[in-house]
Amino acid sequence: MTINPDLQGRSYPAAEVYDVGREKIREFARAVKATHPAHFDVEAAKALGHKDLVAPPTFAIIIAQRADAQLIEDPDAGIDFSRVVHADQRFIHHRPIFAGDRLVAELHVDGVRAMGGGAMITTRQEIFALNDGGNGSREAVATTTSSILVRGEGQ
Amino acid sequence: MSPSFHELSAGQDIGSRTIEVTRTDLVKYAGASGDFNPIHWNEAFATGVELPGVIAHGMFTMGAAVQLVTDWAGDPAAVVDFQTRFTKPVLVTDTTGTPDAGAIIEVSGAIGKLDAEAGTARVDLTVVAAGQKVLMKAQAVVRLS
Repeated sequence: MTINPDLQGRSYPAAEVYDVGREKIREFARAVKATHPAHFDVEAAKALGHKDLVAPPTFAIIIAQRADAQLIEDPDAGIDFSRVVHADQRFIHHRPIFAGDRLVAELHVDGVRAMGGGAMITTRQEIFALNDGGNGSREAVATTTSSILVRGEGQ
Repeated sequence: MSPSFHELSAGQDIGSRTIEVTRTDLVKYAGASGDFNPIHWNEAFATGVELPGVIAHGMFTMGAAVQLVTDWAGDPAAVVDFQTRFTKPVLVTDTTGTPDAGAIIEVSGAIGKLDAEAGTARVDLTVVAAGQKVLMKAQAVVRLS
């Protein structure tokens, strides 16, 4: 299986909406062993000036990896998921993610380079919150970037 | 209580934390994150793809490590930028049915850089498991009042 070199520069438009629920924030927070009350207690979050529960700093990975799945599952990409290793990750938060947010992610393939028999693929997800009212306006929430190494044989 | 920018200096220690990890934790993280890659929960699958055994999600380690910063900052929303490279896998042995951890991750943090204009502090994390650094360039930028 070889990685399609033409992937670089490809974009996938925002697809399904991700509704951020309070219980999902609590579940994710427990899963990363977070204990800050702003993830669990609405009153504690409000006391810090937030409108609702605040997601942990890496919560956006859920939305980012859903966006990435479009690429990984694209038969044209040539990626064997069982040979994928996460190489690096970054989250830039333009604003926090709150319970009640309705998020979408655009996926951009920023880099593809051959490494041994495999390839390093760098993707960027631009995450937006849809504003209330259904007029199509949206607010930038986070920019996430990740590199995955697709290991070649013997790597 | 959040730290004040003017009381900080580069090199200052922000503390440390020990994270015990079990296979159950990895199953919980898989469910919470939606990352069901079997290398994080199935021994035969993991060794079949030439890994030494079941390994933690890199994102589990990254997400758990930043709690030191979140708690120090006093508000999870203060973490405006967080990045890392995953350099070594965290091998999690099967200790199901015992009170033992399958891996132990040690996290410590220090102020790497202060930006007075932006009002931010960069916290550099050192994250070690089984005597090896598992994250490199693990940096969290925190906005302070």
